[in-house]
Amino acid sequence: MALLEDKDRIFTNLYGYHPWNLEAAKQRGDWDHTKAILDRGRDAIIDEMKASGLRGRGGAGFPTGVKWSFMPKENTGKPHYLVVNADESEPGTCKDREIMRNDPHKLVEGCLVASYAMGAEAAYIYIRGEYRHEYKVLEAAVAEAYEAGLIGKNACGSGFDFDIYVHHGAGAYICGEETALLESLEGKKGQPRLKPPFPAMAGLYGCPTTVNNVESIAVAPTILRRGAAWFSSFGRENNTGTKLFCISGHVEKPCNVEEALSIPMRELLEKHCGGVRGGWDNLLAVIPGGSSVPLLPKHICDDVLMDFDALREVQSGLGTAAVIVMDKSTDIIKAIARLSYFYKHESCGQCTPCREGTGWMWRVMERLVRGEAEVEEIDMLLDVSKQIEGRTICALGDAAAWPVQGLIRHFRDEIVDRIKNRTRVQVPAAAE
Amino acid sequence: MSEVFEFTGDFLKEAERNIAKYPADRKQSAVLALLFLAQEQNHEDGHYVTQAAMRTISEMLEMPYIRVMEVATFFTMVNLKPVGKFHVQLCGTTPCMLRGAEALMDAVKEKFGIGHGETTEDKLFTLTEVECLGACSNAPMVQINDDYFEDLTPETLISVMETLKGGGDPTIGSQMGRASSEPFGGPMTLTTGPGAQTADAPNAPKETPVYIGPGE
Repeated sequence: MALLEDKDRIFTNLYGYHPWNLEAAKQRGDWDHTKAILDRGRDAIIDEMKASGLRGRGGAGFPTGVKWSFMPKENTGKPHYLVVNADESEPGTCKDREIMRNDPHKLVEGCLVASYAMGAEAAYIYIRGEYRHEYKVLEAAVAEAYEAGLIGKNACGSGFDFDIYVHHGAGAYICGEETALLESLEGKKGQPRLKPPFPAMAGLYGCPTTVNNVESIAVAPTILRRGAAWFSSFGRENNTGTKLFCISGHVEKPCNVEEALSIPMRELLEKHCGGVRGGWDNLLAVIPGGSSVPLLPKHICDDVLMDFDALREVQSGLGTAAVIVMDKSTDIIKAIARLSYFYKHESCGQCTPCREGTGWMWRVMERLVRGEAEVEEIDMLLDVSKQIEGRTICALGDAAAWPVQGLIRHFRDEIVDRIKNRTRVQVPAAAE
Repeated sequence: MSEVFEFTGDFLKEAERNIAKYPADRKQSAVLALLFLAQEQNHEDGHYVTQAAMRTISEMLEMPYIRVMEVATFFTMVNLKPVGKFHVQLCGTTPCMLRGAEALMDAVKEKFGIGHGETTEDKLFTLTEVECLGACSNAPMVQINDDYFEDLTPETLISVMETLKGGGDPTIGSQMGRASSEPFGGPMTLTTGPGAQTADAPNAPKETPVYIGPGE
């Protein structure tokens, strides 16, 4: 498969070698005749987005254009809002940060066209609290856009009045869940809401709201400029377009890179990341889409494609396209146990299966790392993970269960060996 | 610690600017921004939110005190007790762990005698192991106050902390010379076209970034 060419890359300042400011952004093609895009009208913009096949880049992969079409068309007497989810916190994921600090005008312009298409009078960008520098850059980019008349009253001379506000979080993974994010934006603790009602009916302040990931919004202006046919020419059917991949862990050159969806995983790692440390045969496993998705052992990585459907077929997922690579030096049980700790730490405490279950799974995982367990407990752990999955308000419970399930699915022998090989000199520590 | 808290100077202006981001009857939305500002204003006294500050915020935002407290206790970045002048938040989640976060924890313990949740006697450093900070392609990394320090080894982390201790300004970001998350050796994509990420670009690193392993 041919690699994506530079002329087809959307994020042209991904690494920040040029300034992020408006002048430099315009030279890269941002804010070019934005009014002409708006003049096409709401329906035409949404139809083009649908035709592009863009699926949400925040993890769930829901078609962006379809999501936009859920907003009420008629005047409901209430304001409509766009909320941008910039609470990037899924372990392994570090792409939105690069957009916000190096190419923020793509996001600002995207907020305008998306909001226009949905009749949203304002956009709130909810950025994670730790991204202090990115928050400042984004606020400065928004100020530049106001100053230049690109947003604000009569944005871009379109007759449309539109405001953007940047709001920061304060270190809670759960606020990346869209309804928890809305709660937090309203000044409450970030605990997910029951759905329905869905945000498109009753979101921020009870008003129609669409929540989109940074990358989904930031690619919209380029898609509308270059056309749905151009965007959908990359990747496979139902998995179209280009995508930012975040590669971390045991590769020679960890990096962010924009590639076409459906690129083979091996090609992604070898062409863009200098390959697996010690060569491909030194690969143990890969978590292909952020910490929430089940890991894949090497034999699946050999020929799997990096897209939504291909990864789902192997019982994992594309998620945020955060690729965490683990070579044979990795203690795979410990690597997953650390994720179990993460989910225990980040559970909001609202639903019992998640609040109690994440801690329970973590404590068992810690014993499995040391081999201080009985072989029967592996199936008990699997059973508990299934008791959490699908039984909570939001998907954090699922996200906590899947890495453990993936470990047991592919590395059960490793767990068993560790239990059997442990020298039973001491009395095993009891479960807490 | 005084029992009365008022926002002053730039902090007050910033608080008012943040409140104005939300509809007039939705002031509560500014609670996280005000909690941050309160601990920043209180930086010299331990960078934390006092009960007095929470009472002031509850009055300013016309929300019950208990709701302010509920938010303050929910979010990890709101400090409810004093931290050192430099709060070293070390990412321990799997992507950083795979690239040596545990060795960083050990190095800080050995050099400065502090583990997770502990503060040096001179109140200069507090070490906290935190969850994923979203800089995974630049792992392992720490956040110290507002700044990220990335591509660390035990040696470079200690060097950064020594510089801070000596009153200096360590280079923020990658400690191996990367501008952001481009591959070591320089970008292999975006080398052509408008805004090419090449060595002659205005913000390009002066020298080609090279990976330097621990102990090298």
